[in-house]
Amino acid sequence: MNRQLPNPSDGISANQRLFLDAHRRHHHIISLCRLLLVVVFLGLWETAAVKKWIDPFFFSSPSGIVKYLYNMLADRSFFTHTGITLLETVASFLLVTLLSLLCAMLLWYVHGLAEVLEPYLVILNSLPKSALAPLLIVWLGTGTNTIIVAGISVAIFGSIINLYTGFTQADPEMLKLIYTLGGNRLDALRKVILPGSVPLILSNMKVNIGLSLVGVIIGEFLAARRGLGYLIIYGSQVFQLSMVITSIIILCAIAMVFYKLIQNLEHYYRKKY
Amino acid sequence: MDALLSLRDISYAYHNLKGETPALSDISFDVSQGEFVAVVGPSGCGKSTLLSIIAGLLTPEEGELYYQGRRIADGEAGNIMKIGYMLQRDHLFEWRTIYHNVILGLELNHTLTPENLEYVMQLLRDYELYAFKDKKPSELSGGMRQRAALIRTMAIHPDLLLLDEPFSALDSQTRLNVSADIARLIRSTGKTAILITHDLSEAITLADRVLVLSKRPAKVVCEMPIRLTVDRHDPMTVRNTPEYQLFFNHLWEVLTNEQTATQSV
Repeated sequence: MNRQLPNPSDGISANQRLFLDAHRRHHHIISLCRLLLVVVFLGLWETAAVKKWIDPFFFSSPSGIVKYLYNMLADRSFFTHTGITLLETVASFLLVTLLSLLCAMLLWYVHGLAEVLEPYLVILNSLPKSALAPLLIVWLGTGTNTIIVAGISVAIFGSIINLYTGFTQADPEMLKLIYTLGGNRLDALRKVILPGSVPLILSNMKVNIGLSLVGVIIGEFLAARRGLGYLIIYGSQVFQLSMVITSIIILCAIAMVFYKLIQNLEHYYRKKY
Repeated sequence: MDALLSLRDISYAYHNLKGETPALSDISFDVSQGEFVAVVGPSGCGKSTLLSIIAGLLTPEEGELYYQGRRIADGEAGNIMKIGYMLQRDHLFEWRTIYHNVILGLELNHTLTPENLEYVMQLLRDYELYAFKDKKPSELSGGMRQRAALIRTMAIHPDLLLLDEPFSALDSQTRLNVSADIARLIRSTGKTAILITHDLSEAITLADRVLVLSKRPAKVVCEMPIRLTVDRHDPMTVRNTPEYQLFFNHLWEVLTNEQTATQSV
């Protein structure tokens, strides 16, 4: 939406001016419609709760959520719960990104390794990872480590497969060039495969951050005393629906911020290279 | 033996589960120091396989290669001689500037010495790429890119240049200019080169000798030294000489016979 438009004083033609105006108007209308949709939805929800069309005990209400959020900020529990979830998500995201990159490099580098491991990777990847969470609790106990590992387990296998597949699709002639110039397989990895895969690695990071968040929330459902996943489960058990929905909204905000950050990284890379 | 490189009875076949596809059969020829040899033949006849074998990327199933009379053992090609390989496409890396692309070979050989870097700078100036050295490959024209690929190849001071249809992806006018550029550089530095092409005119204008390969499995069916009465610098001048016509007609005949002969079998 915030595309950079040329300065109108740059001496552009009348028709270009018209085009730019129409372009800007179009974007304003789109933004307005988006905003309107949220306002109408929240307005309807609030009205329905006030007029008792729906039971606010089960459905909460926008004003109830704002009130709850205010209380959370006032007693600082917002920072504890959001902070711990953020920490766990960032830790598992960074570990997934690093570990899957290392594994994919190893699979590419060692002849035959990928062929041996392929069926296992496929099975592990298609397994619903939430099924592993109880096992992790037994092995690692309930705590931050377990939740970070749960976050890793959701994202890592898909990430390895995705990166490795990308590595194998490198242009064989580029590899041939490296070999004819006197390079070896490690040179091919460092000079062709890795730098050529930066866009893939970045898009893979976008997927990883979403999946890490999923894993962390599953972990918190089962094995936490703090965090947004814990609040969601706890709130639903004591029928504090404002607590549940507020936590979900905070999660939405976290997911959006992370996605945006990586997208900015991508834009930065594209501008530079 | 005064040959720089000798091939003796080289045979090669590709294998897969469906069977084997013979690509080369008993190929023998010599290349002298400083000689420019062109190899022509029907498309898909195994010309690129031949270069891969010379470069040591493939091991021949039968036959031997000799460099300055010394037998090249399997996998030893890279240690005995420095190969400069040019492919159809330039394969400049988009994530590197032109400068960092052309020093790639020096980087891989760990020979980023001041003399070598100065040589690269000189080549960049000679081929009018100096002003573009900090640009990305996508900002250059096809001809400039292929010249950059040539500089990347020359930077490592190769003993032998292998040119695998390096001009075929260029439009015809750029092609004439770039091929003249490359031929000029090769001759001025006295490099030995083997050029693969399907373009007879290119072979005659650039090479000292033309080898014609048969259809797959490829054999050498004709070997023709090209002696011209004019300076090779300008491809158009060469093309207007009467001997050019003779060479062209003769090679054309050999190639056409080769096509029909195999078709009737």
